[in-house]
Amino acid sequence: MNSQNTLVKLNNAGFRQNGKWLVEGVSLNVEKGKIVTLIGPNGSGKSTTAKIALGIYKNIEGSVEKYTNKVGYVPQKISIDWTLPLRVNDFMVLTESIKDNEINEALSLTGVMHLKNKNLGNLSGGEFQRVLLARAISKKPELLVLDEPVQGVDYTGEIALYELIKKISDTLNCGILLISHDLHTVMTATDHVVCLNGHVCCSGSPIDVAKNNEYKTLFGEQASQILSVYEHKHDHEHSHEGDIKKN
Amino acid sequence: MFDDFFIRALVAGIGIALVTGPLGCFVVWRRLSYFGDTLAHSALLGVTMAYSFDLNIALSVFLISSVIALILIQLQKKTNLPGDALLGLLAHSSLAVGLVVIGFLTFIRFDIMGLLFGDILAVNTNDIFTIWTGGAIILIVLKLIWKPLFASTVNYELAEAEGLNPDRAKAIFTILMAAVIAISIKMVGLLLITGMLIIPAAMARNISDSPQKMVFYSVIGGLLSVVLGLFSSLEFNTSSGPSIIVAALALFILSLLNIKQSIKLKN
Repeated sequence: MNSQNTLVKLNNAGFRQNGKWLVEGVSLNVEKGKIVTLIGPNGSGKSTTAKIALGIYKNIEGSVEKYTNKVGYVPQKISIDWTLPLRVNDFMVLTESIKDNEINEALSLTGVMHLKNKNLGNLSGGEFQRVLLARAISKKPELLVLDEPVQGVDYTGEIALYELIKKISDTLNCGILLISHDLHTVMTATDHVVCLNGHVCCSGSPIDVAKNNEYKTLFGEQASQILSVYEHKHDHEHSHEGDIKKN
Repeated sequence: MFDDFFIRALVAGIGIALVTGPLGCFVVWRRLSYFGDTLAHSALLGVTMAYSFDLNIALSVFLISSVIALILIQLQKKTNLPGDALLGLLAHSSLAVGLVVIGFLTFIRFDIMGLLFGDILAVNTNDIFTIWTGGAIILIVLKLIWKPLFASTVNYELAEAEGLNPDRAKAIFTILMAAVIAISIKMVGLLLITGMLIIPAAMARNISDSPQKMVFYSVIGGLLSVVLGLFSSLEFNTSSGPSIIVAALALFILSLLNIKQSIKLKN
């Protein structure tokens, strides 16, 4: 498992706060050019797992091995104090100095170039989310950690951003740890799914996870069918006459 | 035209304003005004220590303020008391201990008013040297930790996740706070140093839309306050510290006009 492509590796990792386990026994491996997605209900430890991988939580159980320092992070919740006068442009160079044309490129990719000189406090939720994503990709990271990166983004924007994320993983050859609620979109682009519920319920390829019984009890039979749709995707066509033509 | 003491006060004051400007922005951004107050109160103890053991005042104040900052961090870890209660506890007890120690030092005549509110007559060439070299070091260090400090001020987790070591930057910044108080205590006085940190920065916030601009205007505001304050202190024979702070307040009130205007423009 531990090839030289590994960017971050969790070995049986867990984190306890005020005597309560937020998540425990998580093992996963994010490699270059691969997308690993964490799914699970609210409070199942998805964000905690991401923070363990990022090294934000220090006193953890188990271990985390990180093989890169070029990290881009889109947190789920971000509270920025508005005593700070901060424009989008200032925010883009927050953790690393980036050339102006690279800033423009990233902002254009997420569709918020026109907001470059706007005050960060005046953006809508969806606009801010796009800026967060632009900031994370503009530094050309080796590891991207995206915690619900498209929350609050309009429906068409959501699809476009997921396509962008997939594209970024290919062009930059970076590893992505993605957290998402949108099972539809996630499953089509993901290489590896980890289903959490305080611990790892099941993990594997999207199709394997969809067949798993624990997954079915957690998300319901319908969610499982969403995936089976993708499983069958493009392997046959329905003609007008109603017969099925195999590809 | 002016007496030597006044020129010295001006040079010293300008040096202080150059340092309190950028540092003050972080005090406002990170909500550290009361923390600055606590360190400043403890400075009295530092001054009495300097007299008792015949030490350099700035050095002694710096050491005591740093120790108080360390004690605060320990108390935060070991007790369940809220931060503001701990700050109040340390601020007033160190001020009280300082005053009690002064009572014992009967062989020295203290100018308590000068300590509390600053005294331009007291500024000598040595103080100017302390302010300008100390100030230069503070600014250089601040420049070095700017990125992690600023990033973690915006969002701690982003800074930590992307490898900037915000905890170290925070610890260094605490030491810088102690240092700026140490170099400016004679001039501004221990009750008003926090004012010098906060008021020009607050004024700057009202007229800035980016962090760099805020730092710039904060420095300009501090410089203007020092010059205006010292001239009026000479004119009206008032203490230097309060005069500088009143000048800063006047600038702050002026900056409020800018907010009103920009709100009107939006409507």
